[in-house]
Amino acid sequence: MSIITVENVTKNFDELGVLKGISFTLNEGEVLSIIGPSGSGKSTLLRCLTQLERIDGGRIEVCSMTMASDEGGTVQYADARTLKEIRLKLGLVFQNFNLFPHMSVLRNITEAQINVLGRSKAEAVDIARQIMAKMGLEEKENAYPCHLSGGQQQRVSIARALALNPTVLCFDEPTSALDPELTVEILKVIKDLAKEKMTMIVVTHEMAFARDISDRVIFMDEGLIVEEGPPDRLFNAPTMERTKRFLNRYNQ
Amino acid sequence: MRNLLPLLLVGTLTSLKIFALTLLFSIPLGAVVARGRMSKNRLVSSLVNIYIMIMRGTPLILQLLFVYFGPYYLFGASYDRFTAVIIGFVINYAAYFAEIYRGGVQSIPVGQWEASLVLGFSKAHTFTHVIVPQVVKRIIPAMGNEVITLVKDTALAQTIGVAELFRVAQSASARQFSTTPIVIAGLFYFIMNGAVSRFFDHMEKRLDYYH
Repeated sequence: MSIITVENVTKNFDELGVLKGISFTLNEGEVLSIIGPSGSGKSTLLRCLTQLERIDGGRIEVCSMTMASDEGGTVQYADARTLKEIRLKLGLVFQNFNLFPHMSVLRNITEAQINVLGRSKAEAVDIARQIMAKMGLEEKENAYPCHLSGGQQQRVSIARALALNPTVLCFDEPTSALDPELTVEILKVIKDLAKEKMTMIVVTHEMAFARDISDRVIFMDEGLIVEEGPPDRLFNAPTMERTKRFLNRYNQ
Repeated sequence: MRNLLPLLLVGTLTSLKIFALTLLFSIPLGAVVARGRMSKNRLVSSLVNIYIMIMRGTPLILQLLFVYFGPYYLFGASYDRFTAVIIGFVINYAAYFAEIYRGGVQSIPVGQWEASLVLGFSKAHTFTHVIVPQVVKRIIPAMGNEVITLVKDTALAQTIGVAELFRVAQSASARQFSTTPIVIAGLFYFIMNGAVSRFFDHMEKRLDYYH
């Protein structure tokens, strides 16, 4: 079943086309990786899905709810209630974590559960502790983000997103701010989520990882999807010249 | 000499009243001004900007004269001197505080807003629970500077005839042909600012649990 449908989405920053007509679908339980050079529009695409940017054309549908559509000529967004509902279907993990520095690890993970989902404090803490245990953060619930390693901070931010039970978890270059050792640590967490059949979109520069966990890979360049396919095919036998060039550089 | 200390203490009390009332009103008013300064409405933000430029660009002593004597020229009547002092100080300090608040709010990484948005927080909740606590921590040193300046600025109230500490000390000096009262007044200011400094140091330490 398709959870996200993106049709012909465009996005401009001051006349500059960043997305020039992106279409894809994401199915339940699927792990989709988006790769491509810097500036290709991968992060912008993710930011459009999570409503951090507004699209200038096309259509986005999430869990059978229309988020935005240009059927009437100009892009119309859904009403605030629908948008909020859609927002909560999608979790987002940022490249630089964006944890709340003045809140303890536990409160980072419970704050939205209590204030957005309306869970009781006890329930929120309970859920947070379960997730923290899974992520190896049991000892850290009273620590503040500044006292954690980059890898731990990123695990907290994944926990914070998971605590709201999103239907899809999006990762925006989750390991780009981490050293190679910590990268492995985070990739393992994401891999474990993939094993549990969490639906995910991962924007990443880690080719080996994308190949390893994805059900499907999208290669983007200059605001367009150049090539799309299962990882084995895309990495071993890319059909487009642009994809070959990009992957060759990584294999060197 | 025997009468000096009680006199100075009465003056100090007036200075402290000016100090406390100015903070009481200018700290919240500064937030309103900062909000206007950051308004997306160009008219609002430029009007507020002009206000801030005047408050910061002209001497406080001139503003006090203006606030007190202005209404006489316009309406033939004015409020009492003390009220004029408070109004003058409040609108002046609100402008400085507003700029400190604005600097603080704008220094918070945009990622904090984005993370809050994605988690579903309302704008109000994000502002009060995510942004403001971090702003408070960041602006404490700048606020400390301003509040210390205020303690000394209260001496300007005498320009429109309010007998605060320095005025009292000066009169005593003139009567006694002695600099002692002024030196003692200086000591009083120094002690008051010692307390202000300690308060801000304490606040800084209290918020030192994260960075």
